[in-house]
Amino acid sequence: MLRREALAKLTGRERYVDDLPLDDFLWGMTVRSPAPRGRIASVRFGKDIDWSRFVVVDHRDIPGPNVVALIEQDQPVLAAESVRHVHEPVLLLAHRSRAAVRSAARAVEVVVAEEPAALDFRAVPAPAQIQYGKDNVLKHLKIEKGDVERALARAPVVVAGTYETGAQEHVYLETQGMIAYLEGGVLVVKGSMQCPYYVLKALQHALGRDETRVRVIQTPTGGGFGGKEEFPSHIALHAALLALKSGRPVKLIYDRGEDMAATTKRHPALVRHRTGLARDGRLLAQDIEVVIDGGAYVTLSPVVLSRAIIHAAGPYACDNVRITGRAMFTNAVPFGAFRGFGAPQSQFAGERHMDVIARTLGVDPVELRRVNLLKDGQTTATGQVIRDGTDRVAVMERALELARYREKGHEHAGFNATHPTMRRGMGLATFYHGAGFTGGGEAALKSRLRVAGRADGGVEVLSANIEMGQGTLTVFTELAANRLGLEPDDVIIAEADTTRVPNSGPTVASRTTMIVGGLVERACDDLRRRVGLDDASRGQAVKDAIRRWHREHPGEPPIGEAAYERPPGIEWDDKTYRGDAYGAFAWAAYVTEVEVDLRTCGARVIDFVAVQEVGKVLNPTLARGQVQGGVVQGIGWALMEECKWQQGAMANNQLTNYLIPTSDDVPPVRVAFVENPYPHGAGGAKGLGELPIDGPAPAVVNAVARATGTDPRAIPVTPERLMELMENAVRG
Amino acid sequence: MNVLLPDTLPQALELLSQNGDAVPMAGGTDLMVHWHVRPEAHQHTFVDLSRLEALKPLSWTADMLVLGGLTTYWDVIRDERTREEFPLLVDAARQVGAIQIQARGTWAGNIVNASPAADGVPVLMAYDAIVVLESRRGREQVPLDRFYSGYKQMRRRPDELIVAIHVPRRRYSYQVFEKVGSRRAQAIAKVGLAVTRSDAGWRVVAASVAPTIRRCPTVERLLETGAAVASPSDLLPAIAQDVAPIDDIRSTAHYRTRVMARLLYHDLRDFWGK
Ligand SMILES: Cc1cc2nc3c(=O)[nH]c(=O)nc-3n(C[C@H](O)[C@H](O)[C@H](O)COP(=O)(O)OP(=O)(O)OC[C@H]3O[C@@H](n4cnc5c(N)ncnc54)[C@H](O)[C@@H]3O)c2cc1C
Repeated sequence: MLRREALAKLTGRERYVDDLPLDDFLWGMTVRSPAPRGRIASVRFGKDIDWSRFVVVDHRDIPGPNVVALIEQDQPVLAAESVRHVHEPVLLLAHRSRAAVRSAARAVEVVVAEEPAALDFRAVPAPAQIQYGKDNVLKHLKIEKGDVERALARAPVVVAGTYETGAQEHVYLETQGMIAYLEGGVLVVKGSMQCPYYVLKALQHALGRDETRVRVIQTPTGGGFGGKEEFPSHIALHAALLALKSGRPVKLIYDRGEDMAATTKRHPALVRHRTGLARDGRLLAQDIEVVIDGGAYVTLSPVVLSRAIIHAAGPYACDNVRITGRAMFTNAVPFGAFRGFGAPQSQFAGERHMDVIARTLGVDPVELRRVNLLKDGQTTATGQVIRDGTDRVAVMERALELARYREKGHEHAGFNATHPTMRRGMGLATFYHGAGFTGGGEAALKSRLRVAGRADGGVEVLSANIEMGQGTLTVFTELAANRLGLEPDDVIIAEADTTRVPNSGPTVASRTTMIVGGLVERACDDLRRRVGLDDASRGQAVKDAIRRWHREHPGEPPIGEAAYERPPGIEWDDKTYRGDAYGAFAWAAYVTEVEVDLRTCGARVIDFVAVQEVGKVLNPTLARGQVQGGVVQGIGWALMEECKWQQGAMANNQLTNYLIPTSDDVPPVRVAFVENPYPHGAGGAKGLGELPIDGPAPAVVNAVARATGTDPRAIPVTPERLMELMENAVRG
Repeated sequence: MNVLLPDTLPQALELLSQNGDAVPMAGGTDLMVHWHVRPEAHQHTFVDLSRLEALKPLSWTADMLVLGGLTTYWDVIRDERTREEFPLLVDAARQVGAIQIQARGTWAGNIVNASPAADGVPVLMAYDAIVVLESRRGREQVPLDRFYSGYKQMRRRPDELIVAIHVPRRRYSYQVFEKVGSRRAQAIAKVGLAVTRSDAGWRVVAASVAPTIRRCPTVERLLETGAAVASPSDLLPAIAQDVAPIDDIRSTAHYRTRVMARLLYHDLRDFWGK
């Protein structure tokens, strides 16, 4: 099947928010804080500008509470008395001319009486820097299994290590953008987003409107990666406030510089491991501390921390585990959702640590993983019993074989001994990713979805889950068509418009195919029953029945509905952090070959093999694409993507100085799937979207370590950093 | 924004002499990059050179390659003879941005933009290129290695255009261009190096390690004299004499110096004295 929106995108006909026709509108612009922390002493408007020609909005124009509703109600729509981070929005401007509003924004001076800022999440804050609770800790979490202290005290070997990961910018191709206008009494907000109902909720809350007076519509979205999970609520509110005040349509589109400077990024993290081991490498105790930088507001940090700690122990069996997590308040631009959601950070540390352990014990990293990988019947850190029938050692063996891991190891020994300037090495990571919301999250979402029968006998899927390049439109089409025996062309996916589609939950957490796709299937079944057919009816019979229904009930299309139901046997206790953290885990082993140029200390990935078990693969092309994209994003995070900070804000907020890999920086990514259908996922599928970002960084850095004889503990391993490591290694 | 569109070189020179602060625009790939964030630039008067057909082609004489004032990277990439006689020009051109930039960007624009990290300038300098400037007052020729006097400072008056770049034809026995960026394509150089050897001697030109692209006379002398160099670090004193790298958003002075030493050492292994 041809990808649904493929031709529109290929030919440039697809219309993103900035391309939509809009009459008589104003351009919006945001005036931001220049300081990381302080009291707003004054806002000065430049003398050379006729301000009567501009729409100006500040916090006093907000009809409801000055809060962007999310987990904690702590983040203002517009700063009122004080600011907590550089680039915090203070004022909004709008004008007919984009150039005029840009110049005007520069002519506004926000004068801040500065106070001591907390800028390093790893440091204990000084008393004057405390701004949240008694210690700037936004969230504490803990997982405990067995008796870690006792097991560590008895372990023949204890290996400790500290690992760090940097922030990462999403670099979605389409920057953040929204338009807002009034249609009668209804405020319409359209734009690039992953979660239309999050935006709706935030608009209702701060604008004091019920859902009959707000309508949110997702426009074709050019990439998200989590960056359009919670952030679009902010820009939607800003566009809405300007539209409400001016009575005119308003368009607010960030350029790349503003987008990179002012929007969320992946949480930087620091992870400490203390691991007790038997001499043969069996894990006896894992004591892990995960600290993440939350930035200046809570945003989604508590849930990111949760996923980080749940994944921190890796896909291994260990009877004694203690994982503590802290999300720290700092005066940095708030960090937010990013593909992987904490798991890439903690698994970078875990998988790098496995290689450090192997080196310390003098055992083969493959053997170390083989003896520890979870077997069916064993439990994870939260006590979840794994029994899905997947042979995780076989997944690893498959990857090693495809990559010719052992042969390459021998070849490299010869190559490295003779080549004047190049060094090669292999790296491995074994890892996992839990799909869907954590613990009771999916049940709390209460996702609902509808499939309507159309007069022509085809169907329309009504869901709030969106296409952002990952293939939702295509997969939902395939699921509905297969379920009902229809052709893809008989299926329409409705625009995600909150006045039409039910809340099937956010497009995040690798949940869309596995969980919402299941609702598509069940809503199709419900529709079939509604039009009087049994579950075996397919194809023409379904179309005929839907047409008949339309003739008999003019103007009342038949509607099938489905609501989320927790799969049987899943238990989770949020207080003790024990139980079944996820309905399903996907498992993977990635193997990579790296070449380091001793002249430049640049590391280049020259081969990459990604093997994973993700349940049933519904669409091989899309699945492979997800893996390849995730791997490239992971290689970038491991080797080159580096946010340079100045006062808690990104200083290199341009694509010239924040580099992501080009096609020449990555090898062909060889992808293989082991299929083991998951009974509770759509068509047997498990979540796949995030898994591939968890493994590349540790695999690549393990390979760099092997090639160079260094021991990098922090990413990105830029050439500058690797040069230092290699010089230190020589000095001893 | 005020754009003047001369049809001929004399018209262009006339416009430049009349509008003291007018800015010539060739490919615009430097001038337009910051357009939307530099509203002050919108007030400038631009002299768009795009109609000056005579400045576009490159040509050959008995003793030199002549790049026109509007010759692009793409023109050079496509020229068979340049590939044979001045391969470093092609190597460098292929590493400028991507194909869109190669098709629009000009060698003269690269020279006048005067970025310390430029890719076109080091290879031209390593081939002893001469910049031909013209204004209504007349023509002058300036060797490229004496063109810059400081960061973005150069021997070009505001009313002068680069109308040609002369590259003397010589027999080269050694030539190499190295560009080290933070990724393999579409990156700004953190260290650039162009090295040639001909009857005129060694030329070692370094980029991104000083306020301007410049020759490295001390390193050249080491090569000329066959001085003993047994490791990259043996080159550090000479490098310290020739360049002055800094820490900036892209790299560190330490890294730049070391990489320059290692590239020179390994690439020129056969030439260092034992
Ligand atoms: C995406 C991108 C990637 C890039 N990558 C690279 C790269 O890898 N390496 C690199 O070196 N550069 C790179 N550049 C910079 C740029 O493309 C080059 O410097 C190019 O050679 C500039 O030529 P131009 O004709 O576009 O110059 P313009 O932008 O037209 O002009 C540049 C300057 O030269 C002056 N000027 C132009 N022509 C003349 C003339 N005939 N006489 C007098 N003054 C003149 C102009 O007034 C201006 O000051 C990149 C630019 C972009 C946008």
